[in-house]
Amino acid sequence: MVVVTVAFVIIRLIPGDPVRNALGIMASQDVVDARREALGLNLPLWEQYLRFWQGLLSGNLGDSFSLQMPVTEVIGQRLPATIELAVLSLIVMLAFAIPLGMAAAALTRGGRRRGLELGYTSVSGFIAVIPEFLIGVGLIYVFAVQFQLLPVAGRSGPDSYILPVLALSIGGIAGVSRIVRAEALSVLDQDYIRTARAKRMSSWRLYMRHALPNLLTSSLTIGGLVLGGLIAGTVLVETIFSWPGLGMTIVSSIKDKDFPLAQGIIMVYGFLVLLVTLVVDILLVMLDPRSALKEN
Amino acid sequence: MSTLPVPAGPGQSQVQRFAAVLRTPLGIATVAGVLVVAFVAAFGPALWSAQAAATDFSQLSAQPSPAHPFGTDAGGRDVMARVLTAAQLSVGMALVATALGVVGGVIIGFLPIILPRRIARFVVSATGIAIAFPALLLMMMFSIVVGTGVQGAVLAIGFAMMPAFGRLAQTMSSSISGRDFVLAARVLGVSRFRILARHILPNVAEPLTVNASLAAGGSLIAFSGLSFLGLGVQAPDFDWGRLLNEGLSKIYINPATALAPAGAVIFVGVVFTLLGETLSRGFGIEPLLGKRPRPLPRTAPGGQEVADDVDDATVLRVRGLRVAAPARSGWTHPVNNVSFEIRRGEIVGLVGESGSGKSLTCLAVAALLEHPLDVSADSVNFDGSELTQNGKVPGRIRSAALRTMLGTRLALVFQDPSTSLNPALRVGSQVAEIGRLHEGLSTKAAQARAIDRLAEVRINNPARRAKQYPHEFSGGMRQRAMIAMGLMGSPALIIADEPTTALDVTVQRGVLGQLKAVNREKNAAILLVSHDIAVVTGLCTRVLVMYRGSIVEDVDVNDLVAGRAKHPYTRALVDAVPTMTAEKGEPFTTIPEGTIFPTALVEETV
Repeated sequence: MVVVTVAFVIIRLIPGDPVRNALGIMASQDVVDARREALGLNLPLWEQYLRFWQGLLSGNLGDSFSLQMPVTEVIGQRLPATIELAVLSLIVMLAFAIPLGMAAAALTRGGRRRGLELGYTSVSGFIAVIPEFLIGVGLIYVFAVQFQLLPVAGRSGPDSYILPVLALSIGGIAGVSRIVRAEALSVLDQDYIRTARAKRMSSWRLYMRHALPNLLTSSLTIGGLVLGGLIAGTVLVETIFSWPGLGMTIVSSIKDKDFPLAQGIIMVYGFLVLLVTLVVDILLVMLDPRSALKEN
Repeated sequence: MSTLPVPAGPGQSQVQRFAAVLRTPLGIATVAGVLVVAFVAAFGPALWSAQAAATDFSQLSAQPSPAHPFGTDAGGRDVMARVLTAAQLSVGMALVATALGVVGGVIIGFLPIILPRRIARFVVSATGIAIAFPALLLMMMFSIVVGTGVQGAVLAIGFAMMPAFGRLAQTMSSSISGRDFVLAARVLGVSRFRILARHILPNVAEPLTVNASLAAGGSLIAFSGLSFLGLGVQAPDFDWGRLLNEGLSKIYINPATALAPAGAVIFVGVVFTLLGETLSRGFGIEPLLGKRPRPLPRTAPGGQEVADDVDDATVLRVRGLRVAAPARSGWTHPVNNVSFEIRRGEIVGLVGESGSGKSLTCLAVAALLEHPLDVSADSVNFDGSELTQNGKVPGRIRSAALRTMLGTRLALVFQDPSTSLNPALRVGSQVAEIGRLHEGLSTKAAQARAIDRLAEVRINNPARRAKQYPHEFSGGMRQRAMIAMGLMGSPALIIADEPTTALDVTVQRGVLGQLKAVNREKNAAILLVSHDIAVVTGLCTRVLVMYRGSIVEDVDVNDLVAGRAKHPYTRALVDAVPTMTAEKGEPFTTIPEGTIFPTALVEETV
């Protein structure tokens, strides 16, 4: 609801005449007027808003100026590539960040191995600062320019996924593993870990069975937050790797002043972020019976 | 467990603190980085813009050479000069946008204090929604509205930062406005604006500065991102993002055209992060890193060699146990040269004031104390097996046989049942685990035995209860479950560390009765830690009195009750127990603070 309204308002906030803007100064007044009429921009604002909702509910977001095709169709074509990229990156990120964070916590807990701790925190801190598109540039340089191992552009075979997914996930691995480590350190300090140690089990069992489940809820919450950022990060990474997803499309639509398309994609992004938040909340309730109790 | 940040006092100590921070490697790196960035940003265009504009048509997209350390771009212009020139625009834009974001955010954040309640609530929830959105999406939304270009980008990034700072200012100001001095000002009739300006703003300034510094790094990166996408700075202006955009297409010809601006962005981003870190240490928001404790000097082993033969009737024999803990200067010994023994089937009390080393002694003999604590002993012999190795009691026993022995023969019950069961696992499987680990039981068999043990500690409907999580249990039931956990094996000794302190008195009796029953039926010895003399005299046959890390008296319970304790501390403890026969209105006997008793063991005189 909010997302839709914001997307609607944005287009109306653009200074000047968006149609004139889009068509350029060279377009004749007749053409501009005809386009305004077609877009319903001459109607009163409340009617525009109603129509916008109507269109949205019937799956019609208007036509793209530049591509001359329905916005929904463009989104339908491009969305899967973006989702693929974001989900793969999230999986890779969590798959590496959680074990890494736990290992770091296990090795440095109680102030042992100060050197390792300092090295880990400074290296991961440094990597977490680097934005994903610069990591992308670095990856291209190393794997495509220097060694020519992997393709740099487009979406084709499985190997074309490697660099974009890495570019998106490396920063997250560093950042999330730091948080996991902090969480793990506090979990390992808990009394129930002492109880588990009193049962004299292997370290593996101690960490995997007794510590990990208590980390999952907080890791998942962070994962949800990160996924929102990941979706945004895809915009930059898609541009670098010429990935045919929504990100590339919205960038070009903003540059070309293709407002219906930009508006549609912004809405899709907004919904994605909301959806992720919702899914994470549901998962949290399923994983942790206590949070369900709180909801009641 | 988290320690609250201690705010540094005003004035001199703050200056001193900053001086101390600046002398650390972090501080030095920060100062150097900030100076470099400031210099290049201030004088970059003046020094290098001519060189950056000079085109050299003989050297288009040239490789790095002495004349052009990073080579040239497609127009034959020197890459290094262009990167250095672009610093001003890049850093400048980031700072302006950050300033915009902070000012706007603070205004949004303080609005709820000034506005009427309903509007205030709306502002707060609107910020909440905006903050859930990734900043990049907000930026793109704003840049759709304001268009591309320097101005557009600054506005877009500034606006996109506002929700985050708004939330920060909101939470901080609402926590401060609840404090006593603000309430006092309000009672005195000081206006809201005056409260805001005089009381709240100064208090949120420090965290805001720290976050602004971190955000400046973020906004620099955001600018590079926008320009890189072609939504930020437009030709002929250039910042690092646009250089990167141009460079990426030439990365095969001259990689430096892409890597140099990327490196610049990362460098400045790291500098801003370091600055934020330094500021927060300087303000005392984050503690300074402690020094590493010096290695523990090797203490000469407690003295006499301990005879190897432990007689069969003894379940635990401890000789010369020490626990060392690292402290600010050297090491302290919270447990110092403790020796005692427990015979099979005996219930021994361990009493003493808080901090006297009771719990540490228990955990040390159970081989559960870990780094950085250091446990040494001449001998810790449990159930016929020696636990010390080279005079130390390790925090992890390596030998599998010893682990099985400890897991099945030694049971532990801790003080707080609400934290000593794992909240994420079902109670049944936690109780059953010993059987699976050390007795080779199948999951099913272990589960069946766990249910059996739960019934034994009188938990009703054990089969259903076993499937529940600890939060569904009451405190007394959790403690019973802990005892059941110990009963999975065949315990020779139960160490119960203040098992009833966290429970209310009615439940306390049940749990103690349970322990007594186990002692009677399974002939398991019990080491009962308590600071409640009444509990100890009711249950135990013998009492160890601990004071400042040493056992000062080993006394029979009958002697203790009859007032035949010898050590002045023991007598003081017994006297401090309130009795029903005391005169009305008479003050309770206490041990005056600061009283120091001798720590030597009183010898038996018989």
